[in-house]
Amino acid sequence: MMSDKMGNSGLKGWIYLLPAILFLGVFLVYPLIDVFVYSFEEGYNFTSQTFWGTGLYNYSYVLHDPYFLQAVKNTFILVIVTVPLSTGIALLISVGLNSIKPLRNLFQTIYFLPYVTNNLAVGLVFMILFQKTAYTDGFANLVISWFGGPVIDFIDGPYWAKMFVLCFYTIWVVMPFKILILTSALASVNPDYYKAAQVDGTSKFRTFTRITLPMISPMIFYLVITGFIGAFKSYSDAVALFGTDLNAAQMNTIVGYIYDMLYGDSGGYPSYASAAAIILFFIVLTITCINLLISKKNVHY
Amino acid sequence: MKVVLENLTKKFPSRDRKNREDVIAVNDFTFEIPDGKLIGLLGPSGCGKSTTLNLISGLLKPTSGKIYFGEEDVTKVPAEHRGIGLVFQNYALYPHLTVRQNILFPLQNLKGKDKLSKEEMNKKAEEAAGLVQISELMDRKPAELSGGQQQRVAIARALVKMPRVLLLDEPLSNLDARLRLQTREEIRRIQRETGITTIFVTHDQEEAMSISDMIVVMKDGVVQQIGKPQEVYDNPKNLFVAKFLGTPPINVFDASVRGGKLYIGEEGVLEAPGVTDQECYAAIRPEGFVLKEEGAFGCELKALEVMGRDISLVIKNSASQNPALRAIIGSDTPVDVTKKQVRFELKPQKVFLFDRETEERIFC
Repeated sequence: MMSDKMGNSGLKGWIYLLPAILFLGVFLVYPLIDVFVYSFEEGYNFTSQTFWGTGLYNYSYVLHDPYFLQAVKNTFILVIVTVPLSTGIALLISVGLNSIKPLRNLFQTIYFLPYVTNNLAVGLVFMILFQKTAYTDGFANLVISWFGGPVIDFIDGPYWAKMFVLCFYTIWVVMPFKILILTSALASVNPDYYKAAQVDGTSKFRTFTRITLPMISPMIFYLVITGFIGAFKSYSDAVALFGTDLNAAQMNTIVGYIYDMLYGDSGGYPSYASAAAIILFFIVLTITCINLLISKKNVHY
Repeated sequence: MKVVLENLTKKFPSRDRKNREDVIAVNDFTFEIPDGKLIGLLGPSGCGKSTTLNLISGLLKPTSGKIYFGEEDVTKVPAEHRGIGLVFQNYALYPHLTVRQNILFPLQNLKGKDKLSKEEMNKKAEEAAGLVQISELMDRKPAELSGGQQQRVAIARALVKMPRVLLLDEPLSNLDARLRLQTREEIRRIQRETGITTIFVTHDQEEAMSISDMIVVMKDGVVQQIGKPQEVYDNPKNLFVAKFLGTPPINVFDASVRGGKLYIGEEGVLEAPGVTDQECYAAIRPEGFVLKEEGAFGCELKALEVMGRDISLVIKNSASQNPALRAIIGSDTPVDVTKKQVRFELKPQKVFLFDRETEERIFC
C-alpha cells in the first residue's frame, strides 16, 4: 500500500517537473554536450556536416593561435582590473550613499542610470569622449592637455590606452548593479550593531572592517563571483568601443574570439569555436572554485 | 555611581505633515537614582521609557535638562565616554564573532593608556563570562546559543569594561516564561555581585516589581510615580498606576462618597471618613475581597478559577464596565459555586479612591 502510494506521488512529481526538464534539456543541456562533442571533432565541415577524425587538434590549434592568446591576455587583464576596482568603488559609493540623508534618492537614481542605458549607446559616448580624429582630439585629450599631458589616441592608439578605455568603460557599466546590491545590503544591517559598537567606543574604521564588512560579506562575495564570470564573458563592451574587427585592434576577448570563429569574416570553424568555449568554461570554473575556497574563510552567513 | 536626571526633556520633530507639533517623548523628568541600586523603568509601549534609557546612554541627546553621573555633568559627553554598558533588547551580538570575541570587542577598542595586554583582556573576558556563568560557551557563535545564553553573553559584553552604569533595554522580553523567571533572578544576582547601578526598561510590571529596588512608572513621557515596588503597589498616586501594577489587574468601579461613606451602586460598602461628597472611582485590588455571607458588597458570580494556591472568583457588578472582575481568595475558603450571588467584605487598605476628572488619588 505504502510503496504504491510513494511510487504514485513520485511519478506525479516527475510529471510536474517534465516541462522544465524538457526545456532545460533541449535548450541548455543538449547544446552544452554538443559544444563539448564539437570541440573534439577535427576538420568539421559546416556545410556538409562531416568531419574526418576526433582528437585534440582543435585545442592545439586554438592554443597556438596568436589571436586567441591575445584574447586570453586581454580578458585576464580586464577581469583582474575591473572586478576588484568596480566592487571596491561601488562599496565606497554605497557607504557614502548610506551615510547621507538629503539627496540620497537622487544620487541613487543617478548612479543607477548606466544600468538602464544601452551598452552600444554608452560605447558611442565613450568613443566620442576618447577618440582622436582629424578634426578634434576629443574630450579626454582636452582634459589631459589642461594638465600639460601629451595627446593620446585612446581608440586607435597604443595598446595600454585602448585597454584603459575598455576597463574604464566596463567598470562604469557594471557599477550601478553593484551599488544597488550593496546599498540594500548596507541598509539591511541592524542599526543596533552600530549602536552597540558606538557605546563600546569603536572607531569608525574598526566598525566598518569588523562589523559592516562581515555583515555584508555574502553580498560582496556574490558580486565578486558574478563579476568574475561576467568579465570573463565580456564581448559587447569591446565591440561598442572598437568595432567588430577586434583582432585587428588587438582588443579581442575570449568570447569575441569564439564569435569570430563562428561568424566572423575569417569564421566558419565551429570546432575551433567550441574548443575555445570549453577552455573558457574551465577557466571560469577554476576561478569560481578558487573564489568559493577563499570565501569559506571570509564570508559570514 | 549615582545617576541624576534634572528636568530631562526629549522632543522629536513630528512626522505628521498636518500637525507640526513636536512629539514629547520624555517630559521634564527629574530623579536621583541612588548608587548601586537596581531601577526598573516601567510603562506601556510608547511611554518614553526606552527614550529615557537612550538619553542616559548618550545615544540620544536631550532637548533640555541635564544628566549627572555622580557629580559629573555628562549631558554633553558622547556615549562612548560615559562609561556605560548597554544591553539591547535583541542583544545585538555580532553574529560572525564567537562569544569570546564578542566579549573581547569592547576591550579591544581601548586606546592609549587604557590599552590592555592580550592576557589582561582574556582575563577580564573570562571574569565577565564567569560572572554570568557562560565560561564553557566561549568558543561558540551566538547562533549556536539559546536565547537565555545569548542574553548572558550580552550582559557579559556590557559588563566587561566594568561600566559605571549598566543599562538594560527590555532584557527579558525575548525569553520564554520559564527562562524569564530564571533570568530576572540572574540579573538581580549579577547586579548585587557587581554593585553597579543598573537601570532596566520593561513593560512587564511583574518583572519590574520582582527585582527592582525602585520602580519608575511612566506614561506618555511623564513620570507618574517613583518608589519601592511595594510602596507604589500599596499606595498608587493615580488611577493609571493602580491599573498598571498588579495581576490580575485592579477592579475599577463607578462609585460615590456620600456622608463619609463609600457607595458602589446603591450599596454602602465602606466607611470613608473625611472625604467630601463626590462622584469618584473606587479601585479594589483582587486580594481586597473577603467572602462573607453578611458582607456589604454584592456581586454576580460568573465563574471560579482554581489556581492551586488560591481561588479567583470571576464576578460582575453593574457599577463596573469590566464584565470579568476578579477577586482572589485563599483556596481554603469554601465557595458555593451554585450560588448566583456572592457577598464580600472589603479590606480598607486595598481600596483606593480616585477623582473622576483628574484620576488622582483621593486620600481618606
